[in-house]
Amino acid sequence: MQNLGINVLFEGTTLQRLFEGLMMTAGIAFISIIIGSFLGIGMGLLRTSKSRIVQFICRLYLEVFRIIPILVWLFIVYFGVTNALDIHLDGEVVAVIVFSLWGAAEMGDIVRGALESLPKHQVESGKAIGLSFWGLYRYVLIPQAVRRMLPGAINLSTRMVKTTSLVVMIGVIDVVKVGQQIIERSIIKVPTASFWVYGLIFILYFIICYPLSKLSKKLEAKWEN
Amino acid sequence: MDINWQFIISTLPLYQKAAWITIKLGFWGTLLSLVIGLVCSIILYFRIKVLKELVEIYVELSRNTPLLIQLFFLYFGLTKLGITMSETTCAIIGLAFLGGSYMSEAFRSGIEAVSKTQIESGLSIGLSQMQLIRYVILPQAFAVTMPSLAANCIFLFKETSIVGAIAIAELMHVTQDVIGMYYQTFESLFMLVAAYLIIILPLSFLLTWLERKVRYAEFGN
Repeated sequence: MQNLGINVLFEGTTLQRLFEGLMMTAGIAFISIIIGSFLGIGMGLLRTSKSRIVQFICRLYLEVFRIIPILVWLFIVYFGVTNALDIHLDGEVVAVIVFSLWGAAEMGDIVRGALESLPKHQVESGKAIGLSFWGLYRYVLIPQAVRRMLPGAINLSTRMVKTTSLVVMIGVIDVVKVGQQIIERSIIKVPTASFWVYGLIFILYFIICYPLSKLSKKLEAKWEN
Repeated sequence: MDINWQFIISTLPLYQKAAWITIKLGFWGTLLSLVIGLVCSIILYFRIKVLKELVEIYVELSRNTPLLIQLFFLYFGLTKLGITMSETTCAIIGLAFLGGSYMSEAFRSGIEAVSKTQIESGLSIGLSQMQLIRYVILPQAFAVTMPSLAANCIFLFKETSIVGAIAIAELMHVTQDVIGMYYQTFESLFMLVAAYLIIILPLSFLLTWLERKVRYAEFGN
């Protein structure tokens, strides 16, 4: 009897709906990673600045995201900011905003780490051959730094994909929400539905995140020397 | 924006109770994670057959899936197969399942950082494998790995915010309730952030202090 529960996954449009939910999740993650990476590169450059004040503000910005859980940030923007500004924001938009800002903070730290790990003589040689500030970054520092930050950046992407599972808490119809709807619909006919549906979602997340974390580990090992 | 202090004072006991639940969950989650992580890393170190493969599968599964899904699977999925447990047990198991793999990775990299000469010297003065682990490897690995253990500990305390999803009245859940019941959004969110700061900031200072304390083993490196 229990073995038949798995059929709940293949009835009607169940799989298709779960897939659509997954696309919503993946879409939020993808857009946030892109925006977060761009902002993060800017953030990382700012953090190598000599100005104490700039450094302090950037550090504070990062710590604020590190100390307060992301779910709390989702709530602050979804309930607090919308309330304060008297605007309406969809859960999806809130999710992209929060994940992008968080991504920027963490990415900034990775970029800073990569830039600071570059040997000093690279900067000095660049300056010696007369490169401008932008030329120095464009041709000398960034190409080398990318190598050092890529494993960390991929790891961050995995974390962001995993964290997108939280968007269900602010009313986004993501893969978890679709799963809940399917379970509720079939709860009487198939009591074991929740086992199969959550099991499938578990595997889906694994299928997305596992190759990413493997890739990151591989690159790290490859570029270690 | 007027802050309703009256409201804040009236919900203070509610938040206090929730904060204790958050601390309790974080504490047990971290403790169990440390135990699981230590056992897993020792299994990996000795390359015990079968168990080693199981640990590797566990680490990959746990690190590459979100806590929310792990909790839902434990709480809603397994109950349907006849395995029932209370919300709190489920939350702690979920946190330990997630944290165990992070701690295991941290311990593993710490153990790898212990230099070969240390192990060989230990063996040459006639220590048994268990003594070697207890007196030579773990003290050194612990010092090296302390920063990652501390980061994982903070991470787990923050992850407790997610267990509210399975009906545990921790900070996040209480905030959701209070916003839903009284529409005092600012005050509730203010209390929520304040509570997390009160829990996590001292914890973070304590861990930094601990990190400095255990550096003794770093010498010679």
